[in-house]
Amino acid sequence: MRDSIEFLLGHERRSLRGVDPTLTVLDYLRSHEHRKGTKEGCAEGDCGACTVVLARPAGGRLDYRAVNACIQFVPTLDGCQLLTVEDLQGPDGELHPVQRALVEAHGSQCGFCTPGFVMSLFPLWRAGGGATRAEIADRLAGNLCRCTGYGPILAAAERLAETPGATAHLLGREVEVLAQLEALADDRSTLLIEDGDRRFLAPATLEALADLLLAHPGATVLAGSTDVGLWVTKQDRRLETIIWLGRVAELREIRASAEAIEIGAGVTCADGMAALAAEWPDMGEVYRRYASPPIRNTATIGGNIANGSPIGDSAPLLIAAGATLVLRRGRQRRRLPLEDFFLAYGKQDRRPDELVEAVIVPRRRPEQRFRAYKISKRFDQDISAVLGAFTITLDGGTVREARIAYGGMAATPKRAAAAEASLRGRAWAEPTVRAAMAALAQDFSPITDMRASAGYRLQVARNLLLKAWLETSGHSAETRLVGDRSLAHV
Amino acid sequence: MSERIVGGVHEARVHDSAHKHVTGAAVYVDDIPEPARTVQVHIGQSARAHARLVRMDLDAVRRAPGVVAVLTAADIPGVNDLSAVHAHDEPVFAVDKVMFAGQALFAVAAETRLQARRAAALAVVEYADLPPVLDTDTARAAGDLVWPIGRMQRGDAPAALARAPRRLQGRMTIGGQEHFYLEGMVALAVPGEDGDVLVHCSTQHPSEGQLLIAQVLGVPSHAVTVECRRMGGAFGGKETHANLFAAVAALVARATGRPAKCRLDRDDDMIMTGKRHDFTIDYEVGFDETGVIKAVAMDFASRCGWSADLSGPVNDRALFHADNCYFYENVRLACFPCRTNMVSATAFRGFGGPQGVVAAERVIEEVAFALGLDPLDVRKRNFYGRAERNLTPYHQAIEDNIIHELVEELERTSNYRARRDEIRAWNRTSRWQRRGLALTPVKFGISFTMTAYNQAGALLHVYRDGSIQLNHGGTEMGQGLYVKVAQVVAEELQVDIDRIRLTATNTSKVPNTSATAASSGSDLNGMAAQAAARTIKERLTAFAAARAQASAEEVVWLPGRIRVKGEEILFDKLVHDAYFARIQLSATGFYATPKIHWSREEGRGRPFYYYAYGAACSEVTVDTLTGEHRVDRVDILHDVGRSLNPAIDLGQVEGGFIQGMGWLTMEELWWDADGRLRTHAPSTYKIPCASDRPPVFNVRLMEGVANREPTIHRSKAVGEPPLMLAISVLHAISDAVASIADHKLPPRLDPPATPEKVLAAIERLRASDSGGAP
Repeated sequence: MRDSIEFLLGHERRSLRGVDPTLTVLDYLRSHEHRKGTKEGCAEGDCGACTVVLARPAGGRLDYRAVNACIQFVPTLDGCQLLTVEDLQGPDGELHPVQRALVEAHGSQCGFCTPGFVMSLFPLWRAGGGATRAEIADRLAGNLCRCTGYGPILAAAERLAETPGATAHLLGREVEVLAQLEALADDRSTLLIEDGDRRFLAPATLEALADLLLAHPGATVLAGSTDVGLWVTKQDRRLETIIWLGRVAELREIRASAEAIEIGAGVTCADGMAALAAEWPDMGEVYRRYASPPIRNTATIGGNIANGSPIGDSAPLLIAAGATLVLRRGRQRRRLPLEDFFLAYGKQDRRPDELVEAVIVPRRRPEQRFRAYKISKRFDQDISAVLGAFTITLDGGTVREARIAYGGMAATPKRAAAAEASLRGRAWAEPTVRAAMAALAQDFSPITDMRASAGYRLQVARNLLLKAWLETSGHSAETRLVGDRSLAHV
Repeated sequence: MSERIVGGVHEARVHDSAHKHVTGAAVYVDDIPEPARTVQVHIGQSARAHARLVRMDLDAVRRAPGVVAVLTAADIPGVNDLSAVHAHDEPVFAVDKVMFAGQALFAVAAETRLQARRAAALAVVEYADLPPVLDTDTARAAGDLVWPIGRMQRGDAPAALARAPRRLQGRMTIGGQEHFYLEGMVALAVPGEDGDVLVHCSTQHPSEGQLLIAQVLGVPSHAVTVECRRMGGAFGGKETHANLFAAVAALVARATGRPAKCRLDRDDDMIMTGKRHDFTIDYEVGFDETGVIKAVAMDFASRCGWSADLSGPVNDRALFHADNCYFYENVRLACFPCRTNMVSATAFRGFGGPQGVVAAERVIEEVAFALGLDPLDVRKRNFYGRAERNLTPYHQAIEDNIIHELVEELERTSNYRARRDEIRAWNRTSRWQRRGLALTPVKFGISFTMTAYNQAGALLHVYRDGSIQLNHGGTEMGQGLYVKVAQVVAEELQVDIDRIRLTATNTSKVPNTSATAASSGSDLNGMAAQAAARTIKERLTAFAAARAQASAEEVVWLPGRIRVKGEEILFDKLVHDAYFARIQLSATGFYATPKIHWSREEGRGRPFYYYAYGAACSEVTVDTLTGEHRVDRVDILHDVGRSLNPAIDLGQVEGGFIQGMGWLTMEELWWDADGRLRTHAPSTYKIPCASDRPPVFNVRLMEGVANREPTIHRSKAVGEPPLMLAISVLHAISDAVASIADHKLPPRLDPPATPEKVLAAIERLRASDSGGAP
């Protein structure tokens, strides 16, 4: 056991002991380190004013990721370099290229969101800049600005590569930082942070993790903190024992076999989306819109499943793909079809000492057509009113099997059994699709809430099925407004 | 010597704090180092929308760990009221009755923020529920208005409607809008001697805060100082609604003798503070076969929430803009500011004006569909004349009309006609996606309609080393006011702008200031600062002239120096010498807008000094299966007179447009049946993000249009007018939807045009046109 959180703040080593296990990185920065440049805008990871950058060693280099400091707990900094807006300016006061580009483009008005934009752009700058406008907008999907209308910020981002500025103080020390972080990563002992009767446990191996959960049944299993973080900041929930997956390397693996892709429960949406999109193209687009990069950089696909939300986007996508969930208790594993995991609202088929270890997603077969659509008031970083995912397995022109799953239509992510049955064995043609659209009324009685009315939900759920048919039956009409429009006709 | 100073007027100068914004060095109220022993304040809120307060037991709150003080209405030494308009309907803490879910009941001060929040949760409050009023029809039926009905009329609208060749009527609703300033409400109160208190507050109206804090504390205004260096956005939301938190912090500081900070969590902020008014508008229009409007009658009913706040003038401004750019031969307008059991609606960029313009454009759309005309042609046929047909419903003659040439130019540069034809042709071949195009104009009246607010003061010090400190009554919320006013002073004194230090707005430096609102910041404070600079300039001129035995006319002000009788004297030297000659190097400046007057009772006057104009042309694509849309292209031409700072003004135009687009398309406030706001965080309330910016966005400031009135360097106000340019997006969506029924039926798309609303409009048109599913 180790009882200190080890990380770098900028280039200074920090060893923290006895901190509040759910102290947020934002509060730590502002109250303990007096770094006031990082702002609180919403305390729920939705506005980006608190964006900071974490660097971790990956493949012999530093991997820089923007994250929301407001919902990350300080113990999750273990093994990282934490960079804030204060770290970017050169020692002589010269602006970093990201900062300079924003000034020159008139990219700030009230300025409160600006440090967050700076930090979201920093990894892009480090990667060489030069992204397309759409890629830049995607990078910035988690940073709200209420003043500028974004134009000057996007313009600044387009000029990152050409903008001079202070960089040596950061680049010149990357080798040294990498060595320090790699040394920290060598430690395989479990991190234990205790504060009174609350504790934060961060095992470094899968075995240790499984054992800890046996020893602490009912512990809060923490992955990306994008949901659990809000339990603390918004609900003030008292979390007695937290077990964090972030140090378990095995859980971050994506294993590809001839038949399937196995996504470890610690794989972030950012890291998993490309592998999934390669097989199930629309999954990439849904994950792109599902959350901003700072959220995708920490949120895990496993966590999005495990929290059981009826409006999480992962579950309907993966149910439609025929995914299997792997649960682990001590040394025992069991598998179940993903749709069977969701028992009722807020209730999943997971024992208190059991862990979601992985999700196994079959590879898409050539005869399978897959489409998924996300409906929300805003295209980027919005919770779905309805998410529809459709896998139609065709035998010539006939539907051999249909897997249709929706989010936002019931108390759990749910398959549309009646619609599926009405399609099975029938021609993949408009009349059968219309019949299946009608059958959705037997499958779902959605609710009215702030995201949409029951009537709209059912109507759009039907129309999404129609859209899936349009896109997979030889029509060439434009059907998509955003994202990679070629996905409509893959 | 340079022949032009750095940072004079009309220069595209970067925001004065840009460098600090990007480095995190800009200090907002929550960033000020807290004085020792600062307590943190949490406000206990009503859980009910409308109820009698039966019992409030705060014993457990008082006993909770870390609690220093718990304050209720009984602990207010002065007056338990914060109504900025003297309606006496806005208690700091509720007494006997709660009027909305989120109303302040009590305050807890504790050693930490978390302790205060946890303690507040221990309150035991018993309510006896009363039925909440949540709609305007119920409030109107009950006659429960927060402000008297306002009326404007000219001609005989009922008679003209009766005899008009064509006539139609309808009802529309317009949604409200959350400000979503990125920096939430915050105040830090520091007690001083003699009962003084200094309050650092994120506020657009320090003087009003001062007055109300003094009233609550029961002390004279001289005991209260309010300071604001900058806000992290405001948009009207911090005009009156910052006062509660400033007053509570001051109360706690007074009660405990310790500094007190009250900073709101985002959810609390969105629940407790006001928003843009939503409106229900009943309209009737009479017109001829060419689309010329003969008569208009409109009733505007708004949900004002529980208290009057600024709802009276907001509703009035809706009426002031219900004409937009159009001459109504006969007109009758009325507003009904309805009391509802919701948070009090308040100022928001445009202040009711945008809702008036949205209604005017709906009327135009109705006329166009009734006659099968291009809405743009109907718009142009009804534009105010330059010299005739130029009287507004409030009897002000429009003397500075440039909308004809502005719209003609935009129509040409946006290629409106050809694109419209191309889009119509495209739509005929596209079953699932439809495109739409619309060009809408804006006219916006500039001045506070509360005439007394149109005044400003400034304070200018020139120090012995030639450095200059500038202070004025305007507040900086990101709009670039400070840099613009500094540019005015730099120009006046012919010094580089770096010589001028802007200081925080502070009620002890410039007293009795107006809210920084109504787009008036640079108009008013620029003139006041110019006056102060001119006073100093005159003194220095007189001194230099006397010393050189020359006339004042012989003293020439050049960049960084003066020339008198062939001798050039550097500004530093001049100042140095003037000091030793005992010349006063400090001056105040004052400005009061001329010409304006307004009588609400008579519905007549000249409320506006001048008008700002603009127009936008937007193109969208709509998914007819889902109701989603994408904005493809926007062209804007906007009038800012002779811009004080084109970079800042462009930022206002672009930012205002996107904010307006959010209001009209994706931002939706949703209250449940019990009157609780359920969209109280960015997870549920969506403002535009980077990808929502149109990929083609051509924004230009109109050239060669100096303000006809002698405003500061002939510039025009720019804060609010551009918001209304986004109405073009609403109408472009409407145009796309209309294609479903071959443009024969009006879509009557009520904002916000969420996917749900758009799909409902599509379905309605499908059903009434040919029938059938998509």
